[in-house]
Amino acid sequence: MKLTELANPTRFLTLAGRLLPWLAAATALALAAGLTQAMLAPDDYQQGATVKIMFVHVPNAWLAMAVWGVMSIAALGTLVWRHPLADVAAKTAAPIGAAFTFLALVTGSLWGRPMWGTYWEWDARLTSMLVLFLMYLGLIALWRAVEDPSRAARAAAVLTLVGAINLPIIKFSVDWWNTLHQPASVVRMGGSTLDKAFLIPLLVTAIGFSLLFLTLHLAAMRNEILRRRVRSLQMLQASRAEAA
Amino acid sequence: MTALGAIIRRDIRIALRVGGGALIGVLFFLTVVVLMPFAVGPDLALLKRLGPAILWLGALLASLLTLDRLFTADAEDGSLDLIVMSRTPLELTCAAKALAHWLAAGLPLIVATPVLGLLLNLDGSASLAVMATLLAGTPALTFTGMIGAALAVTLRRGGLLLAVLVLPLSIPVLIFGVSASQAAIVGPVSFGTPFSILCAISLLSLVIGPFAAAASLRQGLD
Repeated sequence: MKLTELANPTRFLTLAGRLLPWLAAATALALAAGLTQAMLAPDDYQQGATVKIMFVHVPNAWLAMAVWGVMSIAALGTLVWRHPLADVAAKTAAPIGAAFTFLALVTGSLWGRPMWGTYWEWDARLTSMLVLFLMYLGLIALWRAVEDPSRAARAAAVLTLVGAINLPIIKFSVDWWNTLHQPASVVRMGGSTLDKAFLIPLLVTAIGFSLLFLTLHLAAMRNEILRRRVRSLQMLQASRAEAA
Repeated sequence: MTALGAIIRRDIRIALRVGGGALIGVLFFLTVVVLMPFAVGPDLALLKRLGPAILWLGALLASLLTLDRLFTADAEDGSLDLIVMSRTPLELTCAAKALAHWLAAGLPLIVATPVLGLLLNLDGSASLAVMATLLAGTPALTFTGMIGAALAVTLRRGGLLLAVLVLPLSIPVLIFGVSASQAAIVGPVSFGTPFSILCAISLLSLVIGPFAAAASLRQGLD
């Protein structure tokens, strides 16, 4: 079992330390290749050069949801298996996921201005992303509200799983509500109808951003483990000072 | 059963007494509705169109306001520890507490709805529609809100966090509640479709809420 071996934080630290430079290099390569290809991609016949925003926007939006998935798995790891690294993974993923969501919202907004003539539209997809962002912020607030890391982890794990149930409901209900209240005014390109000239750079940037998440997440997990060690050493020192 | 009945009776009794906060929710509901014409202007036609949305928002905020009392009072006087340690399954106890909370703080909101509907120029059938959707939807607000209340009970100043945690969870309820009442008043679509989904969300939260709340209470109090 790989997972149980990784449960030893010291072993995890060494492994992550060994992996990080390679991951960072792979991230830089993939992003450089993807963004170069994206800049060289032809302009869209309707959208002109603005179509290039897609190569940043779509991977960010995709990762925004994927990170919540990662946190949900980590939450199961916390609640079910009491895996010592699961709460570290969940805690450090939340700010990164919130950043991806924020970037997806901002890039989408910048793309929407020339295309739809508005920065914001109460469209189903936009609204559910905004709610996802709010949920990320609530989760981060909960992590920071509890001092004891393991208690914070279990509280946050419950909220993460409830949020995971809620996300599809929001997605679906907002879709529905939109067809009720306003005609669908936004034309979006389906992924499958994408031309090869756009599809390949998009896939490469998506891989690049996923690697970026992996790199940032591993680095943040290392920091969090070290932070906890410092915390326990401080507490030890404080208790020794009391005893003396 | 007797233990759960005792908890329900006790919680309702506490909520209805002075300082219990159940009727404060109705007062808050009234205040939100009264503020709206000041904000959007006294245009009766506009108020009529916004009516269901205003009533739903007011009820949602009022139930959020009273949720803070669901576990904090018990945590303060130590009875929550006894409840967690007792032989009755904590999930059932949480469900009973939420039911009591809904009876004491949720039902009054629904009873007040037609009166407040008059202020918003809603006719009888529209008020009835909003009442029906609130009756179907407020249990979901209480039972999902209970998760937030259980998470926040172990924190200092948890009440502030409660709003941030609970509001995203209540969005689907709000969407279907308002769209069902709109459908009943003007709507091209039938009232039944969004209303059934609203009932489904309520039933789903009846199942998920007690388990999530009990889990977070157990985690928080060890």
